[in-house]
Amino acid sequence: MTAARFSPMQRLLHWLMAACILAMLFIGVGMVSTLSTRYLALVSIHKPLGIAILLLALLRLGLRLRRGAPPLPSDLPEPMRLAAHVSHVALYGLMIAMPLLGWAMLSAEGYPVVLWQGLRLPPILPQSLEAYALLRQAHGLLGYAFFAVILAHLGAALFHALVRRDGVFEAMAPVPGRALD
Amino acid sequence: MAQPSRPSRFPLGSFVVIAAVLGGGAAAFAYTAGWLSPERLSRERVLAALSPPGGPAPGHRRNHTKGLCFTGSFEANGAGAALSRAPVLAAGRYPVIGRFNLASAVLAQPDGQARVRGLSLSITGPDGSEWRTAMITAPVFPVSNVEAFYALQMAARSKEPGAMGAFAAAHPEIAAFGAWAGSAPWTGSYAEERYNALNAFLFTDAGGRDHAVRWSVRPEARPVPVPHEQLTAKPPDFLNDEIKARIAAGPVRWTMTVTEAGPGDPVADPSKAWPEERRTVEVGTLTAEAVQEEQDGPCRDINYDPTVLPPGMRPSADPFPAARSSAYALSYERRAAEAAAYPHSAPGGRP
Ligand code: HEM
Ligand code: HEM
Ligand code: HEM
Repeated sequence: MTAARFSPMQRLLHWLMAACILAMLFIGVGMVSTLSTRYLALVSIHKPLGIAILLLALLRLGLRLRRGAPPLPSDLPEPMRLAAHVSHVALYGLMIAMPLLGWAMLSAEGYPVVLWQGLRLPPILPQSLEAYALLRQAHGLLGYAFFAVILAHLGAALFHALVRRDGVFEAMAPVPGRALD
Repeated sequence: MAQPSRPSRFPLGSFVVIAAVLGGGAAAFAYTAGWLSPERLSRERVLAALSPPGGPAPGHRRNHTKGLCFTGSFEANGAGAALSRAPVLAAGRYPVIGRFNLASAVLAQPDGQARVRGLSLSITGPDGSEWRTAMITAPVFPVSNVEAFYALQMAARSKEPGAMGAFAAAHPEIAAFGAWAGSAPWTGSYAEERYNALNAFLFTDAGGRDHAVRWSVRPEARPVPVPHEQLTAKPPDFLNDEIKARIAAGPVRWTMTVTEAGPGDPVADPSKAWPEERRTVEVGTLTAEAVQEEQDGPCRDINYDPTVLPPGMRPSADPFPAARSSAYALSYERRAAEAAAYPHSAPGGRP
């Protein structure tokens, strides 16, 4: 794959999902910190939006495997190349794992997975308190890990855009054209 | 484009921008998570306030801790369809997993000393949707909102002599509950109690109209008043023993009733009763058919979250169901993490 930039569809998905995932992380930590009626409002966004992210992430992974990604700059030092690779794998993994964990933990709790009135997903695991305990902990801890990886990713993107100015940011920039200089 | 890099000649400013963006993001996250505002009323603080002197019993519920499972059925007569299109209110017979319990966070609470008793239900409708409800014997809740609930727990556990008096002075709504607790007769059986959901919910009928409602189950068995001293003299588990024996001899029944709010009735405040004459519909019969010890019973691992509702029912302006859902989730998370401390007595003991 030698295109200079991600395809418009890949860029659209990247930015749409970036907004959704950041919203999900703030909704997640916000909801578990409140007893107010906002709790139910946030939970009722968290579940359907999380499942939407799962579907979009699978679509996006398919696109990525078919269409590939533009090459990184040839002068990018090897450790940064490795960091980029590892963090992108982690981001794809978390985009798919987090919603599956949410769905699986509610299944293990025997708690109905209602996306909205009338739309209920089937359980993907049998009821098990022990499985629930593990999955619930994983959903929480990986949620924080997700936020940390996103911060690092954001820092790296800004580093490419502002300091190295090597075209990596432009490869994913929402609007084509102008290099940032 | 993989163009050769043209590094910025003044990177310092760029690094400041990057640090500000990352720091700002992390701070916003910490703020949202409540880490910067420990004075906020969190579910962790509410559970801490409920915790008994020796700490919570590991693996057990953080409130209404002592309980007994039962299974049975809910036979809807179809009359509830006038208020809600919930499949579980359409005429038919639906399975129930329930739990008799005491309103106390102490696992070893003697049955004769709990003023308030509870009944929890999970009813699965014909479409597989569930209706969960956790009801109590009090006809009104002691307080109007979650902050007052927390203040009440803090006053109750306070060692200062005037703490409860000061609470009652600041929260006069507790008088109605106090009057009930002081005067209502005690009974010697879970089967002779009426249980009230207290919180108001919105039912939506087939025509799309909303009805603000509260529901109760009324016992078929005639309540026999028993002097309190007589109950405290009984063995600590007499309620459990009594209901086991009673159900072994035959099913125990309640009539479920749904009461609709009139115009102006307080929907958002479970400490205020609605007038007696409000339209009340008998929607079906609850039958308890078999009892199981909680340790091996099907109710052990259920979170009786009052916001688990079938289509056609949803929370109202009442602030309690949201707070309960949040607090019960943390209670469930904690007792699940401690599951090893409360194992089944026999492998496969649970149906
Ligand atoms: C919030 C969640 C975000 C997620 C989950 C995410 C995820 C990803 C993933 C998985 C890739 C690799 C694409 C691939 O190889 O197919 C990527 C690339 C990229 N992202 Fe993000 N991203 C997020 C936010 C951001 C933000 C806020 C920025 C910038 C300010 C950004 C800038 C970039 C850039 C410039 C690339 C291209 C890297 C390259 O050419 O290899 N991302 N992102
Ligand atoms: C991209 C997807 C998702 C992200 C980033 C995410 C993130 C989070 C975070 C950060 C928390 C707070 C964890 C804690 O502090 O312990 C949380 C809690 C939770 N999430 Fe997710 N989540 C996602 C998808 C889902 C899905 C699909 C479901 C269910 C269908 C779900 C159900 C829950 C539940 C039930 C809780 C706990 C609520 C409580 O304890 O009151 N999540 N999530
Ligand atoms: C903000 C107010 C309330 C808080 C913080 C609270 C807290 C709790 C907690 C932590 C549990 C244990 C949940 C579990 O681990 O599964 C519980 C159970 C229970 N609560 Fe509440 N509660 C509140 C209000 C109410 C109200 C208004 C009622 C009755 C109308 C009620 C009735 C019950 C019953 C019957 C149970 C036992 C549920 C079961 O069998 O698992 N609670 N409560």
